[in-house]
Amino acid sequence: MALPTATGTAQCPECFADVTLTKVMQNEITQCPGCGAELEITALEPITLALAPQEEEDWGE
Amino acid sequence: MSSHANLKVGVLYSRVRVEEKLLFEALEKRGVALDLIDDQKLIFDITDVDHHPFTDYDVIVERCINHSRALYSLKILNDQGVKTVNTALCADICGNKLMTTSALAAAGVPQPKALVAYTAESAIAAIERLGYPVVLKPTVGSWGRLLSKVNDRDAAETILEHKETLGSYHHSIFYIQEYIQKPGRDIRAFQVGPETICAIYRTSPNWITNTARGGSSSNCPITPELADICTRAAKACGGGVVALDLFEDPDRGLLVNEVNYTMEFRNSIAPTNVNIPERMVDFCLDVAKNGWNEANGWKDDGPHLASISLADGASA
Repeated sequence: MALPTATGTAQCPECFADVTLTKVMQNEITQCPGCGAELEITALEPITLALAPQEEEDWGE
Repeated sequence: MSSHANLKVGVLYSRVRVEEKLLFEALEKRGVALDLIDDQKLIFDITDVDHHPFTDYDVIVERCINHSRALYSLKILNDQGVKTVNTALCADICGNKLMTTSALAAAGVPQPKALVAYTAESAIAAIERLGYPVVLKPTVGSWGRLLSKVNDRDAAETILEHKETLGSYHHSIFYIQEYIQKPGRDIRAFQVGPETICAIYRTSPNWITNTARGGSSSNCPITPELADICTRAAKACGGGVVALDLFEDPDRGLLVNEVNYTMEFRNSIAPTNVNIPERMVDFCLDVAKNGWNEANGWKDDGPHLASISLADGASA
């Protein structure tokens, strides 16, 4: 079964621009084309964006 | 019907980046029963061993962005007998530069000289034993964060004081590495079990060449020398799917700088023309069906490595 995705627009929480999103997943990371903010998809119905978490000290590969 | 249709695979993740999406797609194509396990919502009942919710997974693929979450999750899962890619042992060794260096040294894998000291005074002595410039690195960290190229004693004293005063305790474990005069590039090689599947050159005018810091990538041919050192280094660090960073030293040849156990590969697929996520999935399904040692191509029990985790407090 295919993983759930959504297509649509949502508002950037940083600059309030409309961001067009195609087949995005929950927790996917994207970038606002308007202000460049790193965003996280926090819900699919409706598509909701939040600022992605700030990098922590033990983040990495 | 795919031959993998009866396999149940979990992916433990923090954020869905390009890499995770490619892995999800590759797993879905194999027809496995795929579950995504969000580490932000995860609760482990460590002690309830009779009803552990993960024991029915054939394999769980770790893609956490926090080293501490990855390490502890893998430890809990492996202790319950759940197969994972990579293992807790691999994460423990690769997630800490001191542990990696020690494991590589024990296995005789060429690497830059590195010293460890526990006080600013002994760190100065260690730095001057190596000779300027040196590189100070946090033992836990990635993407080139908080690396310091120390060119002279004034800089050394300043940085050590800052690390002791401003850093949490593990910043006072001073990991000091000799500075390698690179030819404007280093090598990122991808190891999947027993095979070095591809590699890129990371080129940058900056001494930090991580692509996360703007380094550009181009294909690096897999020579027998490169494959040999990568395979030995990966085994020394517990095997699995790892990305190795190597320097080309004009006198000593290839030196292993780092081994990364939750590797990023988005910038390496196009230059190498190798489908890295597909190869990773091949390995994960091999582990699910045949176990860790066989997937790694180890004829014996594999390397005998002791885990002595120093990762407490690794998270900010």
